[in-house]
Amino acid sequence: MGQIQLSKVTKKFGDLTVIPPLDLQIEDGEFVVFVGPSGCGKSTLLRLIAGLEDVSGGQVLIDGQDATMVPPARRGLAMVFQSYALYPHMSVRKNIAFPLRMAKMDQAEQDRRVTQAAEVLNLTDYLERRPGQLSGGQRQRVAIGRAIVREPQAFLFDEPLSNLDAALRVGMRLEISELHKRLATTMIYVTHDQVEAMTMADKIVVLQAGRIEQVGSPLELYRTPRNTFVAGFIGSPKMNLLSGAQAEKHGAHTIGIRPEHLLISTESGEWEGTVGVSEHLGSDTFFHVNCPGFADPLTVRASGEMDLKYKSRVFLTPDPAHLHRFDAQGLRVE
Amino acid sequence: MARAVTPRRKLINTLVAWAIGLLIFFPILWIIVLSFKSEGDAIRTPIKVLTSAWTLDSYAVVQERSDYFKHFSNSVILAVGSTLLGVIVAVPAAWSMAFVPSDRTRGILMWMLSTKMLPAVGVLYPIYLLFIQLGILDTRIGLVMVLMLINLPIIVWMLYTYFREIPGEILEAARMDGASLREEVMYVLTPMAVPGIASTVLLNVILAWNEAFWTLNLTAAKAAPLTAFIASYSSPEGLFYAKLSAASVMAIAPILIMGWFSQKQLVRGLTFGAVK
Repeated sequence: MGQIQLSKVTKKFGDLTVIPPLDLQIEDGEFVVFVGPSGCGKSTLLRLIAGLEDVSGGQVLIDGQDATMVPPARRGLAMVFQSYALYPHMSVRKNIAFPLRMAKMDQAEQDRRVTQAAEVLNLTDYLERRPGQLSGGQRQRVAIGRAIVREPQAFLFDEPLSNLDAALRVGMRLEISELHKRLATTMIYVTHDQVEAMTMADKIVVLQAGRIEQVGSPLELYRTPRNTFVAGFIGSPKMNLLSGAQAEKHGAHTIGIRPEHLLISTESGEWEGTVGVSEHLGSDTFFHVNCPGFADPLTVRASGEMDLKYKSRVFLTPDPAHLHRFDAQGLRVE
Repeated sequence: MARAVTPRRKLINTLVAWAIGLLIFFPILWIIVLSFKSEGDAIRTPIKVLTSAWTLDSYAVVQERSDYFKHFSNSVILAVGSTLLGVIVAVPAAWSMAFVPSDRTRGILMWMLSTKMLPAVGVLYPIYLLFIQLGILDTRIGLVMVLMLINLPIIVWMLYTYFREIPGEILEAARMDGASLREEVMYVLTPMAVPGIASTVLLNVILAWNEAFWTLNLTAAKAAPLTAFIASYSSPEGLFYAKLSAASVMAIAPILIMGWFSQKQLVRGLTFGAVK
């Protein structure tokens, strides 16, 4: 079991309130991602769950038991840190076995679990090496190995992939997702990267300034962002947000339209503009189009290869079915 | 970019460096030279000192007159004992200051350091009385305690500096892995801080070995270390340069040799954290 409930949890550092009272329910076996810009309190929230920070108010319940005052070691949670936090003076084997050794597990069982974890994570050949002799990806796998041998109630990941290069990050992302499918253990994952959040999560928690902006599945957040913050944060490239005359025409203070929901044409359309920078990815092409009377250039996605000259005239038409409307407070209007 | 150095410039630099080095080392060199001369030759003009016969007489007399090995073993016990005891006290202190600092941590550290600025003689009287009351005058245990206490601020400061270099996440990982505070310090922090602890130990062994104020004032015969051994040859009457030199060489040789072999570790330790 790995059900975690936060009830009116607050965190203050001195006079500064980092997390105002916050409620959150995480079900057993869920993959929950905390996402938000840096400084939004997502890591602090994870550390409160881990017990590495004391809450200033409220309760942390693990499987229904009040764990607010329980030290981190006895919460049954395993954590993977951004810096890997491996023990540099121990071999990979000893690193992975460390939590078992702390639990005074008998040697045979320790060996069995370490061997098994090493097999799962492709670390069998590296068991006698020191962390310093491993690549970033291998180190991260050791950190994960150290977490899985304990068979914890839940895994906590604190931006585990941000120290890896882009190619490795995609690979590890898949490995962690696969691990979740296989173990079916609750995982809480902190990241500032919305792509990681979208691809891995069962449930995304979008945070800003310690407050939860929206909780939902990746597609719920993509389809029905509750406010302009979530609208702008989820999705890549960002949703185009327009206010003023164009928005009023649709009866809203602000309207949002994603780059993939704008139709681009050289002949006719609702908005006229000129092409600025084009980004060719092969599979897609992104155009940044400057429309007269719009504050910011609009980002448009065209599928496949499409070549439009700099400063050439184009027309854009938003897909009405995917137009998001927001009121003056930035809240969604249905 | 490295600065361009002409060969001439390099030669001048080298000569100047050697000259300064020799100047600094000269007193020790002269003590070594004098220790191998007879008393008569030792007080003659430098030229005659160098050309006169070499002899081991002074060493023989010194060993015969005062028990070198007793003083040597006292020095070892005092230096090593006070350092180890200091480290045992300082590791938890430095841990708490480095990893769970409070608003007053800085102040406490400065206060500890300030005790090093107090003239030792200012507290000689109370400490002497305490020693008499406790019956530990001229005992090794008493001196170990005093030497430990006077070096403790330095040990805590050094360890604090090293510990600060250790990423807190690693200790948090240990905590998440189920380590108790004792296990965290024993299995994770201490092994990681070994280079720092080693240079702290080395420096403090040297400091304790060379400490001459308390060791001279609180000992008579039983617990007297090598500092007292040297001092016994500096007499107001008569000139025993050769014997005094021999005694000095015998007293500083062990620590000099140790320092020579561990200088790399020491330099690393003393400049630790200076760059990053």
